[in-house]
Order: sequence, then C-alpha cells, then structure tokens
Amino acid sequence: MENVLRTHKITKYFYDPEKFQVLKGIDLTVNRGEFLSLVGKSGCGKSTLMYILSTMDTDYEGELEISGQRLTGKSLNELAAFRNAHIGFVFQFHYLLPEFTALQNIMIPALKLARYSRAEVEARAYAKLEMLGIQDFARKPTNKLSGGQQQRVAIARALINDPDIIMGDEPTGNLDSYNTHMVFDIFAELTHRYKQTIIAVTHDDEFARKSDRIIEMSDGTIISN
Amino acid sequence: MTLVFEIAKTHLLSKPKQTIVAMLGVTFGIGMFVAMVSLMTGLNDMTENLAMTSSPDIHIYHDNTLERKSIAEEINPGGVNVVYHSKPKNETPKVRNALRMAEIIRKHPEVRGVSAQLTSQVFYNYGPIQLNGQVSGVDILEEDRLFNIQGKMKQGRMEDLIVNQDGIIMGTGLARKLKAKTGDRVVITTPQGFTMTLKIVGLFQMGIGAIDNVKSYANISTVQNILQRDKSYLTDINIKLYDFNLAKDIAPEFQKTFGYKAEDWETANATMLLGVIIRNILTYSVSITLLIVAGFGIYNILNMTIMNKMKDIAILKAMGFSGGDVKNIFMIQSLTIGLLGSVLGLAIGFLLSYLIAQAPFDGGDVLSIDHLPVNFKLKYYVVGILFGVATTAVAGYLPSRKAAKLDPIEIIRGQ
Ligand SMILES: Nc1ncnc2c1ncn2[C@@H]1O[C@H](COP(=O)(O)OP(=O)(O)O)[C@@H](O)[C@H]1O
Ligand SMILES: [Mg+2]
Repeated sequence: MENVLRTHKITKYFYDPEKFQVLKGIDLTVNRGEFLSLVGKSGCGKSTLMYILSTMDTDYEGELEISGQRLTGKSLNELAAFRNAHIGFVFQFHYLLPEFTALQNIMIPALKLARYSRAEVEARAYAKLEMLGIQDFARKPTNKLSGGQQQRVAIARALINDPDIIMGDEPTGNLDSYNTHMVFDIFAELTHRYKQTIIAVTHDDEFARKSDRIIEMSDGTIISN
Repeated sequence: MTLVFEIAKTHLLSKPKQTIVAMLGVTFGIGMFVAMVSLMTGLNDMTENLAMTSSPDIHIYHDNTLERKSIAEEINPGGVNVVYHSKPKNETPKVRNALRMAEIIRKHPEVRGVSAQLTSQVFYNYGPIQLNGQVSGVDILEEDRLFNIQGKMKQGRMEDLIVNQDGIIMGTGLARKLKAKTGDRVVITTPQGFTMTLKIVGLFQMGIGAIDNVKSYANISTVQNILQRDKSYLTDINIKLYDFNLAKDIAPEFQKTFGYKAEDWETANATMLLGVIIRNILTYSVSITLLIVAGFGIYNILNMTIMNKMKDIAILKAMGFSGGDVKNIFMIQSLTIGLLGSVLGLAIGFLLSYLIAQAPFDGGDVLSIDHLPVNFKLKYYVVGILFGVATTAVAGYLPSRKAAKLDPIEIIRGQ
C-alpha cells in the first residue's frame, strides 16, 4: 500500500528548564486513505510530534518524508510552500481570520497556491462549503458563526488545496458531543469516500475507537500501533 | 502578491480609527514640513536676493581701520616697540586713481559692471526735521547697470538726475521720514559743516530699510562740491560680476592688486545671511522632529496590530505563507499609511502655504514687503513625500520583521 507519511527515528529534546527528551526515536508510517488517531496521556509528546510532522518544527533529529519528499533539512520557505500545497490543518481552536468571511477564509490558501484562477478558487471553496453543509454562511464574517460551524469552515479550508494529508491537534477538543460526532462523521466520510489521509490527536476514546487505526504514545515513544 | 495586498487592506480597513490616527501623524509632520520649508526658503531667497541686488558683488574702499605699523616699528624693526593709545591716522577715505582702477577692473573677464563713486555721511534737513544718512555721488547710468535703479524708481525718472545738477534721488523710507516728496528741496549738511540745498527728482526703493531709510543718489560733481573736494575725489568702487559666486575668490585678487580693501557681498551681508542658515536649521530640525514622532506612532500602532494578530500570523504561516509574505503584509500596511498620510500632508502643506502667502504682513521699516514670500516649488513636495514614505518604511520595518520571524508553534502551543 502506498504510504503518504514516513518518519525514521524522530527524536527531540527540550532544553528549558532542563534537558529533557520529549520524543524518543519515533518510527511511523501512514498509508494513503487512512484515518489515524494519535492518543496518549497529557504531556506524552503528541502535540510536539504533530508540529514536527506538520513541518512547522524543524528542530529535531531523524527523518521526515511526506508524499515521497524528504522534508528534513529543507529551508523554512520551502517548507512553507510545501505545507501550502500538501498539508491541511485543523486545530483545536479553529483559528479563522476574523476579518474575513467564511468563503474568503477558505479561499486564502488556494489563492496563495495560485493553482487555479480566482473564479475557480471561489467555485471550489463554495463546493467545499456545500459538502460540509454550511454554504448558507459563506458570506458571513467568521466571528458570527458558532463553534461547530467555525470548525467546519476550518475543515473546508484544510481541504481546499486537496492536501495529501490533513493533520488535526485535538480538532474536537473544544466542541460539544454533537459537534464532535459531526466532525468525526466528516473525517470518516473524507477518508472512506475521498481517500483523504487524516491524522488526528484526540482525547476522546469513542472518537479514537471509531477511526481506522489508533497509535498510542507514552513518554515520547509509540507503545501500540 | 495581490493576496498579500488584500490581507493588508483588510487589516487596515478593519481598524479604521487606528489607521486614521497613524495616518494623521504623518500628515501633520509632512504638512508642517512643506509649509515651513516653503515659507523659510521663500524668506531665504528674498534675503539673498535683496542682499545681492542692493549690495555690490565686490566693494573696494579705503579702510583706514586696517591694522597698520606704528612709526616706531618702521624705525626699529624687530625690536620691542610698545605704543600706547595709538590712534588711526588722519586720512581721508579717498581712493586714489579710482577712475583708472575702474578702467582696469572693467577689463577683467568676470566683471559685468563697475561704478566709481563717492559716499559721505550727511544730515538731511527738511523743515524742523534733521536725519542722519548717506549720500552717494554716482554716474547714475553706471549705477543703473549695476543695480537696475530704473526698475526701483517709485517716483520721478532716473534720467532727471543727469539734467538736474542739484538733483537728488532719495530712498523712499528716508523721504517718508522727512515727509518730503518729489520736487521738494532738502538741505544737506556734511560732517565738516558744509551745506547745500538739493531738489528731490525721484524716489527709489531697494526693499531693505538699511538702504531705503538712509541713502540718496546725487551726481558725482555735486557731492564733490558739497564736500568741497576736487574732481579726483572718489571713495568707493562697486563691482558686479557675471557670476556672483566668484566674488569670494576675486575680491582678494583686487585687494592685492590695488592695495585697497575689497569686500565681497557675502562678507558685507554676513549677518543677513546668518538668518538663512538659522532658518534652514530650524526648518529641518522641526520637520524631522515631527516626522520622528509620527514614525514612533506608526511603530507603536504596527507593534500593537502585530500583538493582536499573533494568531492570524501563526495560522497564515501554518497554511504556507512564508516569513517574507508576512513581512510584506505589514510593510504594505505601514507604507500605505505613509503614502496616504504624506499625500494628505502635501495637500495640507499646500493649503497652509497658500494661506500664509495670502495673509497680509507688514515688513515695517526693515523690509518693504506686504506679504510673506512663500515658495511653491515641486521640489519640496517631492522631498516631503519621500520623507514621509521613508519614515514609515523605517518605522514599519522593525515590527514587520518581528512578525516575519514569529514562530507559529509558540503561538499555537500557547493556546
Ligand atoms: N516549549 C517547550 N519547552 C519545554 N518543554 C515543553 C515545551 N513544549 C512542551 N513541553 C513539554 O513536553 C512534553 C510534551 O508536551 P506536548 O507535546 O504538548 O504533550 P501532549 O500534547 O501530548 O499533551 C510536556 O511535558 C511539556 O511540558
Ligand atoms: Mg497537546
């Protein structure tokens, strides 16, 4: 099976307040179309690993490869361009740009990528909104939307450039159970219908259980795979 | 790039009050700069103009206050000679062979015109009024070539002096003080006590009180008569050059050749020209101060914006915006504020200059002006906008660079 993401012996230390090894040689392979949950006790290093996988943290030892490209050692600008084209993010806090409408928020990564014309980008963004059932809010400023609606806009934004992988750090951590279910259903549909690869850190056991694969971490290592 | 512009525009428009306050800071600085520089350079140009049109480029005269050797020094050179209470020699201010000198000077390739003349301190008496002043005996046609007397006549005709041996052309300020008019007769008394009655045939105005309030022109022979001197008695040689900037170099040459004091116009008008320097210092220090204040305003506002937009910056970077893109977003905001603020500042500056130029202003006895001179030169507007944009670029650069360097993980983790 084709793999989308591969790591080799990823190791990371924090030096403040004292030297402390937070990740201890993480080896991980993620296949295309997999819906993967990353679980583990608070403080075991899940977020730290996600920042490395997402290419935003470059201060680590080991190797990272996404879609066949070796990303370890690339410059910050190269990594930014790579994220734009290949990675979608969904954070715990939705992180939408408050001055822009829902539609504009979704369009921004695509306009940055400049693969399609503005009209095409707008049509594609609108299609994502429809897919997630929030097309009615397209022209609304995002700070006028509810938490669940905002998170759906954020998912639409993560999808706009057809990324190879979507990463979420506790994407449902700030949502009620109704919205948590909805986000889970969206993720499940994306993976099963559209072969979208997703890695999500979660504390929600039910959420994890329903995903394709669970990776459990403890003290900077993967204990079950 | 258009996306970066759009984001910058949205940021600016989402906080209109803050944007306008930052802009007005620049507007105020640039507006003041343009208004001040227009007025100050107007005053400077006028001062220089007056200094140059009313005084000769080079003035040759007998300076009997020049340091001279005592007679003891001549007899006993190199010895210890102490002379107490040494007084100036009793010399007339006569310049010997002045006409011959004038002929030689006239042949100098840089010289445009020469006027040999004699001047004397005199009292003007008209009715009960007695005023201290100065009379110059001139060949009025020569003098006209140097100072364009023709163009400065306020009453009467310059040529009337040639036909009227006992005529006099008087400065307007002097005439006003004497309450005399063209056609009136004034009595002139020399320091030696000689008197003569002369008829006012015209009035001139140079525009500076220092001349218009004290000076008159008469014929050379008339003044020689009043002073009871012979036909060769001349005291001054006035010279105009083709290029007045050369006066400083040519004056010492003449002084050496002829052995008389040769003074250039800059030295003669040193106090007046000092004002030019002071006004320049004032204009630039005030304007730069205002701009620095405006710059700090922009720096602060941009810093604040970036603090408020940390999350946005983090998400933009996570989505694939490079540090350069983020820097551009904030530099564009800063430069937009600078550009709009400056353009508005130019408009305000122009309006202020226009109002200053309209307002009546009485130069009093010192300068004969009724409005302040204001320059309307494109140059200052160009400098103004460059200043404004440069200040905002500098003020915006540091916060923008800080935004570019923000680590998105720090911000996302911090939540
Ligand atoms: N910037 C940092 N400097 C020092 N220690 C850190 C930093 N960020 C996280 N840590 C520590 O690293 C460990 C793992 O953190 P994190 O990856 O956030 O855990 P998780 O997301 O699994 O709860 C924790 O003990 C945390 O205190
Ligand atoms: Mg975490």
